[in-house]
Amino acid sequence: MAELILPKINLPEAKASTNATGASLIEIEHLALFYGASKALNNISFTLGEKIVTAFIGPSGCGKSTLLRCLNRMNDLIDNVRIEGSLKIGGHDIYDANVDVIELRRRVGMVFQKSNPFPKSIYENVAYGLRLHGVKNRLGLDEAVEKSLRQSALWDEVKDRLHSSALGLSGGQQQRLCIARAIAIKPEIVLMDEPASALDPIATTRIEELILELKKDFTIVIVTHNMQQAARISDQTAFFYLGELIEFDTTTKIFTNPAKKQTEDYVTGRFG
Amino acid sequence: MNPIHRRHFRTEKFDFTSFFFSGLTGLATLFILGILAVILLNIIINGWRGLSWHFVSTIPKKDFFDVNTTGVLPMIVGTTIRVFVMTIFVLPVGVITAIYLTEYAPNTSIVTRFIRAAVNNLAGVPSIVFGLFGLGFFINFVGKGLDAIFHYPGVVWGQPALIWAALTLAVMTMPVVIVATEESLKAIPPGLREASLALGATKLETIWKVVLPQALPGILTGGILAVSRAAGEVAPILFTGVAYYMASLPSHLTDQFMDLGYHVFVLSTQSPNIEQTRPILYATVLVLLMLTFALNIVAIIIRARVRKKLRALG
Amino acid sequence: MENHFETGLDSLKQKLLMMASHAETAVNESVQSLMQRNHDLALRVKADDDAIDTFEIEIDEMAIQLLTKAPLATNLRLVTVAMKISQNLERIGDEATKIAKRARDLSQEPPVKINLDLPRMAALALAMVKDALNSFVQRDSATARDIIPRDKEVDALNKHIHQQLAQHMMENPDTIARCLHWIVAAKSLERIADHAKNIAEEVVYLCEAQDIRHTLKS
Repeated sequence: MAELILPKINLPEAKASTNATGASLIEIEHLALFYGASKALNNISFTLGEKIVTAFIGPSGCGKSTLLRCLNRMNDLIDNVRIEGSLKIGGHDIYDANVDVIELRRRVGMVFQKSNPFPKSIYENVAYGLRLHGVKNRLGLDEAVEKSLRQSALWDEVKDRLHSSALGLSGGQQQRLCIARAIAIKPEIVLMDEPASALDPIATTRIEELILELKKDFTIVIVTHNMQQAARISDQTAFFYLGELIEFDTTTKIFTNPAKKQTEDYVTGRFG
Repeated sequence: MNPIHRRHFRTEKFDFTSFFFSGLTGLATLFILGILAVILLNIIINGWRGLSWHFVSTIPKKDFFDVNTTGVLPMIVGTTIRVFVMTIFVLPVGVITAIYLTEYAPNTSIVTRFIRAAVNNLAGVPSIVFGLFGLGFFINFVGKGLDAIFHYPGVVWGQPALIWAALTLAVMTMPVVIVATEESLKAIPPGLREASLALGATKLETIWKVVLPQALPGILTGGILAVSRAAGEVAPILFTGVAYYMASLPSHLTDQFMDLGYHVFVLSTQSPNIEQTRPILYATVLVLLMLTFALNIVAIIIRARVRKKLRALG
Repeated sequence: MENHFETGLDSLKQKLLMMASHAETAVNESVQSLMQRNHDLALRVKADDDAIDTFEIEIDEMAIQLLTKAPLATNLRLVTVAMKISQNLERIGDEATKIAKRARDLSQEPPVKINLDLPRMAALALAMVKDALNSFVQRDSATARDIIPRDKEVDALNKHIHQQLAQHMMENPDTIARCLHWIVAAKSLERIADHAKNIAEEVVYLCEAQDIRHTLKS
């Protein structure tokens, strides 16, 4: 008699994948950020997992984008910004005096809310970072560009028009191009600041599916104001409010049974 | 049952106000075009007869009021060269200044505001003052200084010359180039710079690879404006390099030169026989207009090519 | 400004409570009709079951609609728990109907001369249902947890009654048909207590996000 074999249901767990090497481990300790005299981030401490997706959620102005931009020192571009505490990636404090910011930004890539492809060809967009960091020969560039575009699920759509202007692509395609551009230089960490908020639902779904694929190779940190999105694609979630980290846990816990009342109130839409 | 009230969007009543204002703007446009047409037609009709290949290719004798021996070749060459040399100086310096102001200078500092104020005020200085400035600074200070230090054989820097006239014009048109460049730099969304920096580029790399190529049409617009202005200016070159008469074409930067605009002035005021000179005068004016027009066209074509290239690919 | 989602949740809660009240009444009346041999009451209970079934369908529909709005945390647990509780209430209604049917049949025949502890069993089961529903309304997890061990008592009583009836049937074969009705009625009461326990477990999940089903085994 045939035995009824039921499929095992594997619930996603927020553990570091077996590819974790420690090189992309982000450890934040007592981090504070000041714009002049006003404090924007207060005493943030937590450690992000590797090769998973971590979401930063919270109401507008809670500091989630500010914290994200600390991770690749883009906040350096703003006058009057001061950092206290430590932010380590792969064991090294990135705000140390002898850190090469250029190299940091190669290892920690960023995708922005409004897609910003250069007004150059699709090929040149993806090749930009590669050329910056020393890849010169045509064959190497061709290969790297193709690989990057394939990884971003864009290759099939653009392979026949690599040398046409990037500005001729649709919004969703442009954002995927920006992702391709960022991952072409093989960063370990990819930061995404509300990458799908300017896109229509179908384009958003494609970006989300892409992120779920990309986490096999990259540690991803995503800021989003869309809680359902965070619930759909992230493994761990950090909830911020008024510059403080209120709660940090697995996504399942945050969205089914958060520990703090503030988190519960935000997640159920009672404020923010 | 109440009938549904429809608002009639001005279909029945004649809208006098709109008609009046569109009529007014139309009239103003016609007025301006009319004046332009009158000036141009007057010049073309009266100057056309004096125009000939001989006229534009001859170096005139000292008495250029004589119709048979007159020519405007040295003036054409002089005007063109001085505009060209000016462009070589004003574009790089103006663009670099604009880049400093937009990309590097902290917005709130006193120094930045001072520089901006200086640029704006420079634009308001009368052109004759530039001429005097050129004389006092370039010729008497820089030129005489060069002579004192270097003692070039056969060459004197401390006197009116092509180079000083071109530099004076460059100083005069600098604000135009700076403002045009700044505007085109500001028009570039900051997202592009951020994207470049986030990929690990330095600020300089970002400016060179992303910002400047994008701003090029705007910069060229500044160049076009500078060229248009400089081609017709006479006051700045009065003391700095223009000559009443030169027997040969200018061949060195230290040479003096003749100029179309100045020649028009000379023909109008120094002529012994105004009836005889009038056709030459009209022809010279026509040549000046055509030259200015040609210089503009060349610059506009260059800009259009750059724009097309930017639009098509990277 | 009104939170439309909260309003939707409130409607769901209200409907669930209405269904609960119907189910409680059904159990009450079915036991009454059994004990008092009230034929008409029994028929009423049976007719009323349709209302309970309709409630289950409506609550499920409302719940699905609320799920499309992707509720999170407590709201999410409330919606899924509401669906489970409504299912248990519907079963309670069915069991009450079964009791009513047996009551109807028994009322048309002479009573059996046996002293069964059915009233106490009924009281226990009814109390469990009432307390479970109260704990839902009050969101009282402690009360809900206390309900769960009480199921064992009801099970024990059922077993005892079953044995009593079995004995009686062997000694008085002419009462077999009627005794079987009693056995089924007792079984239904035992099932009602089970469903009340299930509801209590769901309430614990709602309040504490802890799934205690199948952990506290007898």
